[in-house]
Amino acid sequence: MEQALNSFQSGPDEDGRFGIHGGRFVAETLMPLILSVEQAYRDAQADPEFEAQLRYYQTHYIGRPSPLYFAERLTDYFGGAKLYFKRDELNHTGAHKINNVLGQALLAKRMGKTKIIAETGAGQHGVATATACALFDLECEVFMGAEDVRRQKPNVDRMRLLGAKVHPVTSGTSTLKDAMNEALRYWVANPETHFYIIGTVAGPHPYPEMVRDFQAIIGKEAKDQMMEAEGRLPDALIACIGGGSNAMGLFHPFLDDKEVDIYGVEAAGHGIDSGLHAASLTGGNPGVLHGNRTYLLQSDDGQITDAHSISAGLDYPGIGPEHAWLHDVGRVNYVSATDEEALKAFQLCSRKEGIIPALEPSHALAFASTFIPKLGKDKVVILNMCGRGDKDLGAVLPMLDERGLL
Amino acid sequence: MANRISQSFAAAQQAGRGILGVFVSAGDPSEALCVDILDEIVAGGADVIELGMPFSDPMADGPAIQAASLRAIKAGMTLEKTLQIAADFRHRHPDIPLILMGYFNPIYIYGRDAFLAKAKEAGVDGLIIVDLPPEEDGELCDPAREAGLDFIRLTTPTTKGGRLTRVLEKAGGFVYYVSITGITGTKSAGADSIKAAVADIRAATELPVVTGFGIRTPEQAAEAATLSDGAIVGSAVVDIIAQNIDDAGVPSADIPQKIGAFVADMAKAIAASGK
Repeated sequence: MEQALNSFQSGPDEDGRFGIHGGRFVAETLMPLILSVEQAYRDAQADPEFEAQLRYYQTHYIGRPSPLYFAERLTDYFGGAKLYFKRDELNHTGAHKINNVLGQALLAKRMGKTKIIAETGAGQHGVATATACALFDLECEVFMGAEDVRRQKPNVDRMRLLGAKVHPVTSGTSTLKDAMNEALRYWVANPETHFYIIGTVAGPHPYPEMVRDFQAIIGKEAKDQMMEAEGRLPDALIACIGGGSNAMGLFHPFLDDKEVDIYGVEAAGHGIDSGLHAASLTGGNPGVLHGNRTYLLQSDDGQITDAHSISAGLDYPGIGPEHAWLHDVGRVNYVSATDEEALKAFQLCSRKEGIIPALEPSHALAFASTFIPKLGKDKVVILNMCGRGDKDLGAVLPMLDERGLL
Repeated sequence: MANRISQSFAAAQQAGRGILGVFVSAGDPSEALCVDILDEIVAGGADVIELGMPFSDPMADGPAIQAASLRAIKAGMTLEKTLQIAADFRHRHPDIPLILMGYFNPIYIYGRDAFLAKAKEAGVDGLIIVDLPPEEDGELCDPAREAGLDFIRLTTPTTKGGRLTRVLEKAGGFVYYVSITGITGTKSAGADSIKAAVADIRAATELPVVTGFGIRTPEQAAEAATLSDGAIVGSAVVDIIAQNIDDAGVPSADIPQKIGAFVADMAKAIAASGK
């Protein structure tokens, strides 16, 4: 913690801790695997060839850098600070997930692994993983809650077309947390051949650090692009948070820039007071799940409770441990937006900017719609547009229709 | 220093056999039936009881124990009640070793020091906490040892060399060798790999070694107890509970007797096979 006074970017420590959060809370069966992933990642970090490979695919396959776009019509509409979008929805596969997946897939290849495991909620991480596996000729098995398989059929079809095998998970509540349990169980049973590509900044050390590093390209680019556009740092950053990988990617390069205010937006579902939400920081408390200590939605007896969000990508009862720590030390402000607010923002952005946002960043937009009008016109804000909304049309259009928003 | 666990292994050795450990989830299928099940398990001849502390997300367990955990939680089981079941068991059975087995989160939420004090007071002998590897010893292993509870370690086919030494460094009670199910190969190859792994573990520790590898039949129990110092049965016992719950979710009243008979068959096979 003392260290944090000098820098917010130095974590985790060698035990994988961010303050009290993080760590390696896994069964012994997984320990040799996790230690070997960490060793391979350290070797890769020290190898300029790995960096060069990653850069090549980021440029020519993902399409980086993603633009920093001045959302002029929304800015006029809100009447406050200038709003910029970091356009990670323009990435190949339509979301930020591919940034991390390509990094881990290249690492898996370095380790001589031939088979990949992934968990997915909304299916974006599953699609990104299936994509990278097609590209690098790796076998791909994706674990997805049976409920999510039903809700996100287009993404299931994409994964299958790309050659992945999708395992519907029926244990527990049949959603993302159960998919992660099942992926971990499968990895335990297949340790020699398989590499587990975790999709967010959670799980046992070194995953939270590694996924953050692969996503930090978002923030690094945004910083340079903002200097070019405005000649200065932004006054605020806004990103949505489920596990928190897009947010961590945008935030991390700015953590030591004290003049930049940072806002993470959790999913408040039907409202925090309703109990039906996915806001682990606002409505949960620290506990241990999926290999790390972090804020969790749980009962008084330490049983994990169901998350609720209109967005399958935010429907997770935990959050990455670095966010948990940034919350504890007060560097990042964690706020929330409800399903209804996200729906309105989804429609607003489509009409004002011609950009159909995913439901996940619609939560960030919902917060922006109340936050930005309060700031002066001389202020500048970056919002991470981390995914596009095509995948959500099936679920969202009937709801917009009901509310007279179409 | 003799305690219930070491005395139990010593007695079995004297009798020329391995031990039989039996796992059930606390409060499965109900608090009342669980108490009777525990008595029947003892009457059936089990040497060591492993009482599961139910958790909503048992990431290292298969479908049978996942379901057992969820049944118990649904029936209202809590960690507080689990500790009460343990304390009552100890009054009825002063000499049978009792191990609490589960995941860290419910303990963390209950409060580590309060949990350790209550467990010790209840007459619990040891803990098996699946998601606490040696890297996290400060969380519970070290304070548990200070409180006088054995911290029992699981080792697996991937626990080799320096890793094995690290895992066994603070191990107490006995070593639980988990030979993963679903490994390809014939049954005799399985026996060979267990034999080799047990030899490695014995070279690294004085503690007894027991095997749990999806043991479902008396023959498998006898084999495991011959290859190591004992066998642990979990899923097969828990499955008896699952199979005796009707469509309306009502458990049959004779579950404890059925489990008792199953355990007795296992115990007989182990006694007959010798060492």
